Amino acid sequence: MTTYTLNVNGKTQTVDVDGAMPLLWVLRDKLDLKGTKFGCGIAMCGACTVHLDGEVARACVTPVSSVGAKRVTTIEAIGETKTGQAVQKAWLDVDVMQCGYCQAGQVMAATALINKNPKPNDKDIDMAMQGNACRCGTYVRIREAIKTAAGVDTKDTREV
Amino acid sequence: MADGNITINTSRRFFLLAAGSGLVLAGCVTPADTTDGAPAIAAEPAKPAAPVVDMNNFVAISPDGTIRIMAKNPEIGQGIKTMLPMLIAEELDADWSKVVIEQGDADQKRYGQQIAGGSFATPQHWIPQRQVGRAARQMLLAAAAARLAVPVSELTTEPSMVVHAATNKKIPYGDLVADAAKLTPPEPATLTMKDPKDYRIIGKSMRNWDSPKIVRGEPIFGIDVKVDGMKYAHFVKCPVFGGKIVSANTAEIKALPGITDSFVVKQVGTSLMGLLDGVAIVGDDWWTVKEAAKKLKIQWDEGAAADHSTASFDSQASALAKAKPQAFLGPQGRAPTEANWAASEAAVNGAAKKVEASYTYPFLVHAPLEPQNCTAHAKADGTVEIWAPTQLPGQGIGLVAEALGVAADKITCHMIRCGGGFGRRLANDYMVEAAAISKQAGVPVKLLWTREQDTQHNPYRPGGYHNFRAGLDGQGNLVALTNHFVTFGANGRALGNATSPPTEFPSGFIANTTYGQSLVPGNMPTGPLRAPVSNAVCFAYQSFIDEVAIAAGKDPLQFRIDLLNSPAAAVSGEKGPMNAKRMVDVLNVVRERSGWANRAPLPKGTGMGVAFYFSHQGYFAQVAKVKVEQNGSWRVQKVWSVGDVGSTIINPINAHNQVQGSIVDGISEMHQKITFDKGRTVQSNFQDMPLLRMDYAPQIDSHFHISNNSPTGLGEPALPPVLPAVANAIFAATGKRIRVLPAVQSDLRWT
Repeated sequence: MTTYTLNVNGKTQTVDVDGAMPLLWVLRDKLDLKGTKFGCGIAMCGACTVHLDGEVARACVTPVSSVGAKRVTTIEAIGETKTGQAVQKAWLDVDVMQCGYCQAGQVMAATALINKNPKPNDKDIDMAMQGNACRCGTYVRIREAIKTAAGVDTKDTREV
Repeated sequence: MADGNITINTSRRFFLLAAGSGLVLAGCVTPADTTDGAPAIAAEPAKPAAPVVDMNNFVAISPDGTIRIMAKNPEIGQGIKTMLPMLIAEELDADWSKVVIEQGDADQKRYGQQIAGGSFATPQHWIPQRQVGRAARQMLLAAAAARLAVPVSELTTEPSMVVHAATNKKIPYGDLVADAAKLTPPEPATLTMKDPKDYRIIGKSMRNWDSPKIVRGEPIFGIDVKVDGMKYAHFVKCPVFGGKIVSANTAEIKALPGITDSFVVKQVGTSLMGLLDGVAIVGDDWWTVKEAAKKLKIQWDEGAAADHSTASFDSQASALAKAKPQAFLGPQGRAPTEANWAASEAAVNGAAKKVEASYTYPFLVHAPLEPQNCTAHAKADGTVEIWAPTQLPGQGIGLVAEALGVAADKITCHMIRCGGGFGRRLANDYMVEAAAISKQAGVPVKLLWTREQDTQHNPYRPGGYHNFRAGLDGQGNLVALTNHFVTFGANGRALGNATSPPTEFPSGFIANTTYGQSLVPGNMPTGPLRAPVSNAVCFAYQSFIDEVAIAAGKDPLQFRIDLLNSPAAAVSGEKGPMNAKRMVDVLNVVRERSGWANRAPLPKGTGMGVAFYFSHQGYFAQVAKVKVEQNGSWRVQKVWSVGDVGSTIINPINAHNQVQGSIVDGISEMHQKITFDKGRTVQSNFQDMPLLRMDYAPQIDSHFHISNNSPTGLGEPALPPVLPAVANAIFAATGKRIRVLPAVQSDLRWT
């Protein structure tokens, strides 16, 4: 067991855990932040997507020992940012959700995309969102919601 | 919610909130079976039992005008938590902005059948849930009539308001509840329902009720449940289905840091989806108990299933296909005989042109994104409290009662939002495991499976082998068709959902059809996957029909319409419950919307295909447009879907979401497989069980064709036709047929 001091959603948090424990389980079971979800444990589904210093990271394969002083942002706090709030609103307006289990990760990935690329096109969306699986198949609406949040034309421009 | 945890208060909080301070509607409504005699789906666990409830509590109105509506069914992403309350709110004439939806617990005496499956909810509740709302409105009207001293006939309602037009008086519902609560609810049969033209809620797009919580990351899923004193549990079962424990080093495991307990759990009962032998590891957080399992040393008695392998199944199926079918498929009491089979075979043999092809599809896993989990507390007083993401809580309660030796009425089960269902959570193995571990550990536990466990311990969609033969006359008319279906089972009985309907189209629409069946022996856990049976059989039949149309030199869409329009000429075949005219209508509409007639100039490598399917009382025709690259990779560019699910699309924004999701799900299934080797499931996680991703999701044109029929469900019927529509489009693009799934097994390269 080692003591780690983390910056999670702007707050300093101290946990006493095995350094190999993935950030996902520190968030969920130690810090009681359960918005970040477990889907696969091998960074294949994106349900556990968080931001580390604003960059997308899969918390299920991020050992807590590797986090260091990086700012951890989770779904619980993403609405405190302008982009995050716009993405959340678009998700509701478009009514993206079916079961909703993957959507925290989708919102985190979409927010990171728009922060870097305020006017993403379909190719940008394909690239940025490939790592986030939606088992219910809400991709049509995720695409539309990202464009809505970014304020670009929502028409799907891919080849038909 | 407090401290980010689900607040656990089971003491009929919904009832008590309003009692004494407002109207609680005891609905007096018996949910009627309105399924119009339609056949039960093949999913055995999903058959709706006859409703036995005669008293429900669904609506409570507070003096401040808040209207609390209880959502009675499990929510798995199908949108039922939003939709059923819409039915009540409509007939109550509620102001939707004043409605608060709460999730009911598992309590079938109070709510009637509680299941997420079979697309049953819409047809079952279309009338009874509206009657609940209408009865409440009737009581409010009666209370207002007494207060204003006017006859009820002079009163109308506006949203959450009783109106007396003659005097221009308006009374908010909240002001009437104290009086209304003293009245006796009216008999449902006496109620007159709203004229659909006056609907204010039904037919309007209402957003998914829980979405605001979801985008904020609030803990509303089963995996998020936390109760006082709770420990985390991991449970390791035999990799071979039904294997038994000989020994395990649980004492060593229990001594590891962070581990509070470890013990062997023994099988109860005989079901492969019940409580099986395994080792439980209990501790302070989930990652630690899961990691501790790496040090487990278990000796298993793998049992009889250890020789199961897909390679062996395939060769047995191939041998069986060459022989005569072991049985002939027909409705009970009218089973076709060997003579029928021989006559149909003779008709094929004597036809001007013969078409023969075999189709194969693999076992599939459900893979809801939230792995199986359950929180349970087997308490010292002999009661059991359970928090479960489940599609069928009653079945789970039965398993727990049997395994723990407690009466079912000592078990409380809270239905927690499911991170996907797809039929997986109709089985409740994880629920009985959590309860058994809690009992043995003496503490409340949250059991969570790994993705690998979720992939390898599942009631799989069974694989199957269809061996078709068809005969065409000189004019290209289909005159005979046989199918020798090879599936899995024992003692003459197919495994659950390993069936093929005896009435499958074109049975009953042409002169000679007989379907036979043979069984490969095997005992794998199988169960219903979204659109059970249909999701498999549709691919085979609607692909083969396409082959027949091409062989006949006909347009594949028109060929289907011509068959549907042909007078029933059944000799040996049995006609199913499908209404042919409704199917012809959706085919005609999808032809228009997709520009089917103008598809000829498509470049090589791009093609369009069509398929239709009737399942769960829904009629769907779909056209897919697919681009196949020269290297053989392919992508569905667009799918046009036309569905007829009756007179009313209750919540359009969600209805289209279900169609979009079904289409993505169906395309995803074309890439997936589950195989077995040495009795074990070979695949383990999303690296070898791929889910379709954003870049491969097509554009979707979803349209509903409104017909004059009672509304039916949408969780499933839009899925089956997309697989053959895509496969048929790939043929149109390349001239190559996908007869084996997953599609990657076909070489689609072209030059």
